[in-house]
Amino acid sequence: MKQHIRIASGQGFWGDLIDAPYHQVTRGPIDYLMMDFLAEVTMSIMQKQKLRDPSLGYARDLPGQIGRMLPHIMEKNVRVITNGGGVNPLACRDAIFREADKAGIRGLRIGVVLGDNILDDIDALLAQGIELRNMETDAPLRDIRDRIVSANVYFGAWPIVEALRQGAQIIITGRTTDTGLTLAPMIHEFGWTENDWDLLAAGTVAGHILECGGQSSGGNFLGDWKSVPDLAHIGFPIAEAHPDGTVVITKHENTGGLVSEATVKEQLLYEIGDPTEYITPDCIADFTSIRLRQEGENRVRVFDVKGRPYTPFYKVSASYHDGYSATGTLTYAWPDALEKAQAADAILRTRLADLGLEFEEILSEFVGHSSCLGPLATMPAEINEVLLRIGVRGKNKEHIARFGQELAPLILTGPPSVTGFAGGRPKPSDVIAYWPALIPKAAVTPNVIVEER
Amino acid sequence: MSLRRIRLIEIAHARSGDKGDAGNVGVIARDERFYPILLKELTVDRVKRHFEGICFGAVERFELPNIGALNFILHNTLGGGGTVSLKNDAQGKTLSSAMLRMEIDIDEELLYD
Repeated sequence: MKQHIRIASGQGFWGDLIDAPYHQVTRGPIDYLMMDFLAEVTMSIMQKQKLRDPSLGYARDLPGQIGRMLPHIMEKNVRVITNGGGVNPLACRDAIFREADKAGIRGLRIGVVLGDNILDDIDALLAQGIELRNMETDAPLRDIRDRIVSANVYFGAWPIVEALRQGAQIIITGRTTDTGLTLAPMIHEFGWTENDWDLLAAGTVAGHILECGGQSSGGNFLGDWKSVPDLAHIGFPIAEAHPDGTVVITKHENTGGLVSEATVKEQLLYEIGDPTEYITPDCIADFTSIRLRQEGENRVRVFDVKGRPYTPFYKVSASYHDGYSATGTLTYAWPDALEKAQAADAILRTRLADLGLEFEEILSEFVGHSSCLGPLATMPAEINEVLLRIGVRGKNKEHIARFGQELAPLILTGPPSVTGFAGGRPKPSDVIAYWPALIPKAAVTPNVIVEER
Repeated sequence: MSLRRIRLIEIAHARSGDKGDAGNVGVIARDERFYPILLKELTVDRVKRHFEGICFGAVERFELPNIGALNFILHNTLGGGGTVSLKNDAQGKTLSSAMLRMEIDIDEELLYD
């Protein structure tokens, strides 16, 4: 058994720094590269792309990113694990094989994890009495059955472990938990078993620290953001994992950013609920047991993590079509910038009401004054300019479109010192709402395919 | 003992994100000795009042003494959640800053330990 393995984070979401994974592979030693592409809504975006073109539905950046890295990956025997397969992991795999062809590389083994996409099984599941009730509202899925866009089960680390066992160099999954991408190589290398709850929790915590890319190595750091060196060349985090579950969070030398107890603490708290039960398909991790120790420059030791058995459920992430929305902006300048923007907002709302348009919500925000702080905002002595940002949402697409036509007229028929209407009329776009649910683990089966070409 | 009014940002840092229509705000003491102040000052009621007009649901508080931090869940805060919300900050990324604007009275001696 290796004394430790180095697992590098290469992407924190679809749209992250394109070159980050290449730098992780080329700027220092690593054994594994994990690339997380999926946020809650990403699957529905990918599903829409697949509907337009059946060969799409995965993170389109991914094959190119891997193509560029391939010679280095093969030479250094770095294994890549990613959930960038989205709703079409097989098409993603084939695109990567084409990249290998282009690079003249033979004998590449790629593993694919399938089975998470239950969009075509919904009716069969409902017929079995599995209601897929919304975890927030308790409403049954049948209420929105005819509007479902995507439905995916969150698998954990074990299907990836199986692909690693079968010798896959690159593993492409659909909706796998972000943490499972990091936990899997630890299970594989250190021989952890399904009941090693503390170890599985330790690997899950490491995964939580890596899953958001640079957010644990100095990015988006509120503690003392000015103290973070060279964010332009931020080094993404690396977990040095040990067989006893101890992990050291670090980054490559000669990169920017910062790994400190404070940056790691902020990431530990990101998007969590009850810290005593961070639930994954692999285990329940207790975040109140985690201990941290700065043990060197850009080196934070994470240890003593406690875990408990997993629940009998997988989480399902479904999405459904829920009407339309449009958002537009206008800029108002000194003097009285805020008052002008507020007057324009009132005029626009009067015109929308006169037209008899129906919306579920109209939201006006005054960017530069209160768009983030809402009622907490304080009034500065003089505001140089304010961006009026107004959005509408509703079921009637025509009404949303008409709203878009009412914004520009404010330029010649509203308060003065107005500009910033270069983008054209706001067009209605689909609102895709999120539907979280639970499903008994026995109702779905992951399917692992490993192929060499 | 002399009390001094400070903003929370002087003794804490924070990170926030979304969980559906709820926002999560993790608040971390900048030094261990400030954690008891967070425990005492950042009550559920106080945080609920602070976010009046922003958070329209219940506030939950969780303690992480191991890292000197508290985690808050602010229900019904994001205008329907990430993809539905019309808000500029649909994912609650700036709720952390908003939390740190809170003013609290603390024993001045604690600041310069």
